[in-house]
Amino acid sequence: MFLTVLNSLNQGFFKALEIFALTLLGAIPLGFIIAFGSMSRYRVLRYPVKLVVWIVRGTPLMLQLLIIYYGPGLLLGNNWWGGGAAGRFTAASLAFIFNYACYFSEIFRGGIQGVPRGQREAGQVLGMTNSQIFFRVTLMQVIKRIVPPMGNEIITLVKDTSLVRVIAVYEIIWNGEKFIKSSGIIWPLFFTGLYYLAFSGLLTLLLGWIEKKLDYFKV
Amino acid sequence: MALLDVCDLKKSFDRTQVLRGISFSMEEGETLSVIGPSGGGKTTLLRCLNFLEIPSGGKIAVKGETLFDAADPHSLSEAEIRRNRLHFGLVFQNFNLFPQYTALDNVSLALKLQAKALPDYPSRRRELNEQIDQNCEELLRRVGLGEKLRHYPHQLSGGQQQRVAIARAMALKPEVLFFDEPTSALDPELTGEVLNVIRQLAREKMTMVIVTHEMSFAEAVSDQVLFIDDGRIEEMGPPSQVMHAPQSERTRQFLRGYER
Repeated sequence: MFLTVLNSLNQGFFKALEIFALTLLGAIPLGFIIAFGSMSRYRVLRYPVKLVVWIVRGTPLMLQLLIIYYGPGLLLGNNWWGGGAAGRFTAASLAFIFNYACYFSEIFRGGIQGVPRGQREAGQVLGMTNSQIFFRVTLMQVIKRIVPPMGNEIITLVKDTSLVRVIAVYEIIWNGEKFIKSSGIIWPLFFTGLYYLAFSGLLTLLLGWIEKKLDYFKV
Repeated sequence: MALLDVCDLKKSFDRTQVLRGISFSMEEGETLSVIGPSGGGKTTLLRCLNFLEIPSGGKIAVKGETLFDAADPHSLSEAEIRRNRLHFGLVFQNFNLFPQYTALDNVSLALKLQAKALPDYPSRRRELNEQIDQNCEELLRRVGLGEKLRHYPHQLSGGQQQRVAIARAMALKPEVLFFDEPTSALDPELTGEVLNVIRQLAREKMTMVIVTHEMSFAEAVSDQVLFIDDGRIEEMGPPSQVMHAPQSERTRQFLRGYER
């Protein structure tokens, strides 16, 4: 029995990890793009981007999951995602990427705007191009500033992965809960908590290590 | 021929006219000090000359070559502005060193980025970078920081940081080096070391424009002094005249504030 439970929880945890990794992979670059959009000097770009960020941050991720998964089929009469588990997983990943990109974009915007204007100007008078200034001067300072708030978001993301169950992506809590119904035991649910604790503990250590690595300079 | 020619330079922010037509020229090897009350347009003048602000009117020429002409939209393109900036160097009041780089890397960064554009960079990469590092180490030694090459800005005092910033501006071999109140952010006991470096540069005949509130320093180091108030040149001439026999009542009034 123990091994059956463990096996099932491992599978669920692996699914959660996949969502976690894909979200970070997609949301970090997309978040930078959105951040630049929300700082654009062109109003036609800035305002729509800010509107989207407001909507995404102002509504529950669970609602976004449901709408992204059911919306195309019910509104457009065409279920892009197909009926299978793979389709549900894709829909869940995209919802997560988009949601987290919007949160990240605000952190990135704060980080970029927090770099003193003089840094950019120092690069300019040295004849650097805009992209040289961004990658060689600004970016490292932005990274240093955003590590602590990003750490918060990343830890939240670990736990948010449990939401994918609303569109029947079988993550770890789903897999733990099913033993209540099938076998009348609750300890698998407690066990899922241990997975979360262990993983977020690991991430906390990793983030602390990164902060320490970036301690060689002060901003 | 004059090295730097500034003709009727104007700058407005919205409705406020900050520069109302500044004209002056300087010869190679000259040191020009710019003095005047805060808010009079001194810093804006330097920022315009380095294209951190785009002047609303006027012309800027180096060795007879027009870099900027407000009447010619071509001189406003981004690539053009970047090329033009390379004629000049600017040392900021707040140093603006890059905190994530060592003193040496601060000085060498722009040169290394420029070297990357050379056609034979891939084959001579190592050699080029070593050469740049050597030159930059030499520059840091000249400003007295040979022992601090691998220090990060936060490990240096304000005076040391400003000397790194001077070396960084020198690295690109600008034709004119501008200083925007280089000692205003420093504790009094640290200003001396920075002023000494600037004095040394003046002796070496570096062409410099220095915005400063250090009157005795300006008097000692400059060939010309420019008194700017309310966006206009109120008085210009050798320090003996501007500082000791000013023609304008406004200049006299300003200088009296320093006698106390």
